[in-house]
Amino acid sequence: MSKRIGVVLFPGTNCEQDVAWAVERLGGVPEILWHGDDTTRGVDAIVVPGGFAHGDYLRTGAIARFSPVMAAVTEFAAAGGPVVGICNGFQVLTEARLLPGALQRNAGLKFLCQTVELRVETTSTPLTSAATRGQVLRIPINHFEGNYVCDARTLDELRAGDRVVVRYVDNPNGSVDDIAGICNETRNVVGLMPHPERASDAILGSADGVVMLRSLLAAA
Amino acid sequence: MPSFEARVEVAHLPGVADPAGATVERALPALGYTNVRSVRIGKTVRLVLEAPDADTARREVEEMCQRLLANPVIEAYDVTVSELARR
Repeated sequence: MSKRIGVVLFPGTNCEQDVAWAVERLGGVPEILWHGDDTTRGVDAIVVPGGFAHGDYLRTGAIARFSPVMAAVTEFAAAGGPVVGICNGFQVLTEARLLPGALQRNAGLKFLCQTVELRVETTSTPLTSAATRGQVLRIPINHFEGNYVCDARTLDELRAGDRVVVRYVDNPNGSVDDIAGICNETRNVVGLMPHPERASDAILGSADGVVMLRSLLAAA
Repeated sequence: MPSFEARVEVAHLPGVADPAGATVERALPALGYTNVRSVRIGKTVRLVLEAPDADTARREVEEMCQRLLANPVIEAYDVTVSELARR
């Protein structure tokens, strides 16, 4: 049976159709989850996609965290369901405290829109299970606030717990320890700044994101 | 009920990189201000609220900071409360 992948839609989200398209091509059934509904409608996995949720006013993800759907997403995550936050979705998940640390303005204060190389650091997450450790993926980034920061203790925990999921080969934004993506302690919640859905077909310049989306479908 | 104006200053925690502050810090010497040692950029939130007294107003605003106005993971906040004249 096809896996149902919930894609959260806040006012200001703008990558939900891209994620839905990529999921569908890989045999999944995307289902848009409106932010105002406090239910995940029985989906098998959830993607919080990129964009500018609630205009990103105050701080990126700060208002989105209080949308009714986030209570349901939090419950889904607590029950072990796979949740992936991409770009703005990663920012939302940190604000919701489903992932540690925070994302702030890029070092150099430049909006970055380019394809970067990512190194897969662990395959024990729902986003990287089909990849190999050390594999380098070419995936686009598109952000102003992708500079990952956390305190020293959190960084120690992330490293010791094998929770850095992907690192930049050439750090574009000043993120601590070249971190591009992390997971939570129970490993079912993953956040990353790069956009795997935008690298899901050769015609887009890279199909390297497919291995991530396939991993997610397998975990769902 | 009396009204209070609260001024909330939100700034990066010490030790957390401040990319905007660092950029301005590098720009000022170019204008001749070679004596600037540090620049940190934050934001100010001003709000007016009703509360029975200043302590309660401050407590409530601090709670707002914890829950929304600041991100305690990377930001510190400072709250100043003053009573507005009654009409």
